[in-house]
Amino acid sequence: MSDLTELGVKAIRDGVAAGDFTAREVAEAFNAAVAAAAKLNAFIVATPEKALEAAEKVDADRAAGKPLGEMAGVPIGMKDLFATKGVQTTAASHILEGFVPQYESTVSQKLWDAGAGMLGKLNLDQFAMGSSNETSYFGNVISPWRRNDGGNAALAPGGSSGGSSAAVAARLCPAATGTDTGGSIRQPAAFTGISGIKPTYGRCSRWGIVAFASSLDQAGPMARSVEDCAIMLEAMAGFDPKDSTSLDMPVPEWAASLNPDLRGKKVGIPREYRMEGTDEEILKSWDQGIAWLRDAGAEVVDVSLPHTKYALPAYYIVAPAEASSNLARYDGVRYGLRELPEGANLQEMYAATRAAGFGDEVKRRILIGTYVLSAGFYDAYYTQAQKVRALIARDFEQAWGQCDLLLAPTTPTAAFALGDKLDDPLSMYLNDVFSVPASLAGLPAMSVPAGLNSEGLPLGLQVIGKAFDEQGVLDAALAIEQRAGFAAKPEKWW
Amino acid sequence: MTDSTYRIRGATGDWEVVIGLEVHAQVTSKAKLFSSASTAFGAEPNTQVSLVDAAMPGMLPVPNRECIRQAVRTGLAIEAQINKWSRFDRKNYFYADLPQGYQISQLYHPLVGEGRLLIEADEKAGIPEDKWIGIERIHVEQDAGKLMHDQHPSMSYVDLNRSGVALMEIVSRPDMRSPAEAGAYLRKLRSILRYVGSCDGNMEEGSMRADVNVSVRRPGEEFGTRTETKNVNSVRFVMQAIEHEARRQVELLEDGGEVVQETRLFDPNTGTTRSMRSKEDAHDYRYFPDPDLLPLELDDAFLDECRESLPELPDAKRRRYIEELGLSAYNAGVLTAEVETARWFEALLLETATAQGKTPAEVARQASNWLISEFFGALNKIGRELADSPVGHAQAAELLALVGKGTISGSIAKQVLETMLETGESASTIVEREGLKQESDSGAIEAAVDKVLADNADKVAEYKAGKQALFGFFVGQTMKAMQGKANPQVVNEVLRAKLG
Repeated sequence: MSDLTELGVKAIRDGVAAGDFTAREVAEAFNAAVAAAAKLNAFIVATPEKALEAAEKVDADRAAGKPLGEMAGVPIGMKDLFATKGVQTTAASHILEGFVPQYESTVSQKLWDAGAGMLGKLNLDQFAMGSSNETSYFGNVISPWRRNDGGNAALAPGGSSGGSSAAVAARLCPAATGTDTGGSIRQPAAFTGISGIKPTYGRCSRWGIVAFASSLDQAGPMARSVEDCAIMLEAMAGFDPKDSTSLDMPVPEWAASLNPDLRGKKVGIPREYRMEGTDEEILKSWDQGIAWLRDAGAEVVDVSLPHTKYALPAYYIVAPAEASSNLARYDGVRYGLRELPEGANLQEMYAATRAAGFGDEVKRRILIGTYVLSAGFYDAYYTQAQKVRALIARDFEQAWGQCDLLLAPTTPTAAFALGDKLDDPLSMYLNDVFSVPASLAGLPAMSVPAGLNSEGLPLGLQVIGKAFDEQGVLDAALAIEQRAGFAAKPEKWW
Repeated sequence: MTDSTYRIRGATGDWEVVIGLEVHAQVTSKAKLFSSASTAFGAEPNTQVSLVDAAMPGMLPVPNRECIRQAVRTGLAIEAQINKWSRFDRKNYFYADLPQGYQISQLYHPLVGEGRLLIEADEKAGIPEDKWIGIERIHVEQDAGKLMHDQHPSMSYVDLNRSGVALMEIVSRPDMRSPAEAGAYLRKLRSILRYVGSCDGNMEEGSMRADVNVSVRRPGEEFGTRTETKNVNSVRFVMQAIEHEARRQVELLEDGGEVVQETRLFDPNTGTTRSMRSKEDAHDYRYFPDPDLLPLELDDAFLDECRESLPELPDAKRRRYIEELGLSAYNAGVLTAEVETARWFEALLLETATAQGKTPAEVARQASNWLISEFFGALNKIGRELADSPVGHAQAAELLALVGKGTISGSIAKQVLETMLETGESASTIVEREGLKQESDSGAIEAAVDKVLADNADKVAEYKAGKQALFGFFVGQTMKAMQGKANPQVVNEVLRAKLG
């Protein structure tokens, strides 16, 4: 039998359905891969028994002739930001260490309902705040990729969904959930040579996902092919009355409708994304992407998104502002960590608990967020940032007058080495420069592998679409995927 | 408009008091504002707490349409602007009774805008004329939980049953000028809330409480610096708090001091207020729009439904009682002050009219006078209220019909009512059994009158000599002879005829 861990979502599902192998065999293969990859630190908790349990149910259903779900027999990794009933959910923080929810997030429940099983809870940047996975309380994830210079420097898997990206790239799971607030699906996907889509804001319910910045947070799939992303997104998406910001729209059949023929489509190239400091090789891959889309039949047009340069500063006001409030609930009163020094009063308990429970990056963002919402600063920062956000959304609206999709790099550089940017938050934040505008506008955006750079590291291209047009995004990504023929995989060293 | 003449007499002259009230009213609703947990009062601690109320990670608020509806209906009842577009904001602060670390409220775009409420003239209370009190806004927000300090020697416990319960914050303009006006405002507001059914107005259970803003000034001058006394939970305490706070401020100012803008607490045991925190220590609440919630947009159909579901409100009812039923302003006021009283009266009125084959307007005075001057007193005597009265309106209507038809006299009716309240029997049963039927047969009355006149020949002579006052004596003697059952009208007629 071929190595089952090389298979993706569709191949596993179809193989299980066809009886080529059992779901249990698949789960066992991936459980073994997870167990053997401790060096990557991709998982905070492995749940082999959950994967087996789900697999056995699929096998039993198949034997009984029952209909199988869209993800039947596919074991996946669950970012540890999704609440999973009976399984520790930490957001990679000390403050939630040991917290075991008595509820299941809507998105994870939908995946289990579709027949998927859980291999474990994936590491991430603490509270999804970070671009390198170095802010996790449980230690950073190490990318399975290495530069071809023989230096063996440990590289960042991207963030915040770095456990997800590393695990999918290293074949520890065929797919994983991610969440994207300012690029947390797309950037790690780009760094590790996999695909990942952040759907339109509201497509996936946020219920049961530990909140970072509510107006930006969106769940999405990360997998090794565009089609696998489409299949998994279908299982994740859908209206949820428990989330007021959830989209009350039917979920299209994205996977069945995939069509890489882009004739009649116009693809805009935002000129402001050609910014200084962008890696030459990234620019080259972008040009390559443009050529591929032309080859797929698309007309390529030059467009302007004039407020792009204000996106990052606006994002780093809005997201911390919301986070400072969202994270106020971690106070040591009801669950999670409680630090109660001898004789401490309530205020002292808060201070001790939060000082011990939050990492530096989380504290930094809480401080920034608290500051920008403070009396006297609110208008200068928060109100101003909201205006910028509206202008950025308007930029996209105007661009849609000229094109159907946008093509841009996902990140300004390939994966950097762990520790490189840890002491320079500004340079770390700059990593989000291409991903943040679509987040602020709530638009669907996807990263798809374009190739390797001269160091042997993957580069990603980003397709941004109109609100609700995940199909257009997936189609263009598929066109790129077919032409890029990206088959590289990290050499196993772990 | 005649201004209030209420003044604080200081050593250096008169001071006027300026009062604004922020009333927190718990919205009548089975479920909380953003969760489906129950709101029933008196449950065991932490038994009515959803995952949302406890602010578990990843939980999201979903607005409860019924709470919004009740707030809109309340807004309509105070003639307010309803904002078809409003938004929820987060008010951020840390406290153990606030699981989210923020309260979801409405600062920037409240659901209900400018409205007003009428307080009625009350000479005795120093309110010379009817007066409109402006209402700035009503917004909807979450209540907090409750700390329990008496469960453990060194720790506090938290009960989250109230956490997330919907409140309306009803903010008045600083339009009140005396404790009496503030009291009248609160009573009227409570009355309207109960008519509308949007709040049970139960101040003891904390369903309604007021933050009292007080400042003083020389009449005609600019507003002074105000203090805010938090969470006062009865009309009497609000009036006391104002009185105390106004005097305290006057004394302070007259001693050359300054009023500090601060939050104060009322102590019901002493009737005084004390400082809780000053403006310098005030929280910076870092209000911002709640990103978990979309703006609240109301359509016309919803507003129409809210409007159509409103009952007749106390002001309209009072006018109708006066104009259509011919009641005195006093009676109309008493009967409309509480929705339960008005409901009781209207039921009584209908049944009374039916029982006597008359229109409601024809029996309205009889019914209202009886209700106010007889029934309330009788209930009071046995320590009951309308709500738990052993005599229902149907039984009362039967009693009134007996009086109306002349079957029993008014004084016998009192006696019958007492028995009804005691035994729960119907009026006719009692009248029948105790033989209380009024004697209207002029033959029997004539015989009794003849006997009285014969027995008191001397008095008859005096009467005829001009001592007219003796007429009452003959009436009394006749009634006595007939054990009070004679129809007094017939007795009068017969006596007048016999005495010439």
